[in-house]
Amino acid sequence: MNNLVRMINVFALLSLLAVGGGTAVLPQMKHEVVTEHHWMTDEQFADVYSLGQLAPGPNMNMVTVIGYHVSGLAGAILVLAAFYLPSCMLVFVASRIWDRFEGSPWRDGVQRGLAPITVGLMLSGVYAIGRTATLNPDHSARHNLTTVAITLIVTVILMRRHVNPALLVLAGGVVGWFALRMV
Amino acid sequence: MTDAPKPSAPNVGLVKLFTVFLYVGATSFGGGVVAYLREHLVVRQKWLDEDHFLAALEIGQTIPGLVSTNISVIVGSRLRGVKGAIVSALGMTLPGAISVFILGLLYEQFSGNPEVRAMLHGVGAAAVGLILAVTLQIGSRALKQWRDLGILLAAFLLVGVWHVSLVPVLVVLAPIAIRLNRPEPGVLADYHARQAGSRTASQSPPAAGKPSS
Repeated sequence: MNNLVRMINVFALLSLLAVGGGTAVLPQMKHEVVTEHHWMTDEQFADVYSLGQLAPGPNMNMVTVIGYHVSGLAGAILVLAAFYLPSCMLVFVASRIWDRFEGSPWRDGVQRGLAPITVGLMLSGVYAIGRTATLNPDHSARHNLTTVAITLIVTVILMRRHVNPALLVLAGGVVGWFALRMV
Repeated sequence: MTDAPKPSAPNVGLVKLFTVFLYVGATSFGGGVVAYLREHLVVRQKWLDEDHFLAALEIGQTIPGLVSTNISVIVGSRLRGVKGAIVSALGMTLPGAISVFILGLLYEQFSGNPEVRAMLHGVGAAAVGLILAVTLQIGSRALKQWRDLGILLAAFLLVGVWHVSLVPVLVVLAPIAIRLNRPEPGVLADYHARQAGSRTASQSPPAAGKPSS
């Protein structure tokens, strides 16, 4: 089985596991891409994920870069399709069935039940990327201090103010350019 | 399941549907896509009222997949059936996918350069701050009881720390979590009584089986 077929399988499954959004599947995606199949290094995966935050629209479009990295243009297109099609088809069918359960107490129960799982998985996503991008044992203490400061400052600003998050991510890049070069 | 749009849905052309989602897909930076969608679909185009939008959001968040893409499929299918769902999802996704693709090409070219590496480290640290903030905001709304914290920690430890695969984690945790939040027996009995009542009143065939515990 070649890489292209493997990638399609991996991303199609991730598509159906993304409960509550893309961040929930980040740890598993990182595991598959870095540890299981060695398609990218830890560092490359974190880089590509971060780049994805600079673009508009859904925040997991960076899967296309993983596809390109491994199998060129065909990989880019097929991975994108594999990651979106299964969940899109599922939600298409589900939205038509959903109306039938209008007012059902179970709908509320399912939502309230899944919410803490989603948050726990999102936290796992933060942890998976944070171990590379924010607090990385391979980097110097000064480097880590700077990245921890950037992460915390961005978190606090976003919790308190309505700022365009992409601008903050860009600002992080500018700070990095000057502060993280030699450390 | 028919392909016909809902009778209450406004008449929207496929091209218009595509361009509105394309605009949202190209301008919604930094994760707050749901707010952009509401602004365009509910406030500007008036394709949906607030209740329908919230219902779409509810489904979009419960069903796996990216919330913004899910909403585009739901709204597109509501307005124009299968074709509407396809053009809406494409409009929502393509601008970002093409932008990231171009960034990815630049990345492959320049990622060895020390200045670029330094910048990417800064971008990465800031991106972690962004998803941490979103997680904390959603978390503060989602946690209603202590047992929710238990479920949250179980999901985090299993997947984030111990690297257990998502499939077994969801297969075990989701039914437990839903079971803990099951409706009160009284509420459920009321609901079934109302359902039975409306069914005989309208003479419609019985609905498909309800999910059971």
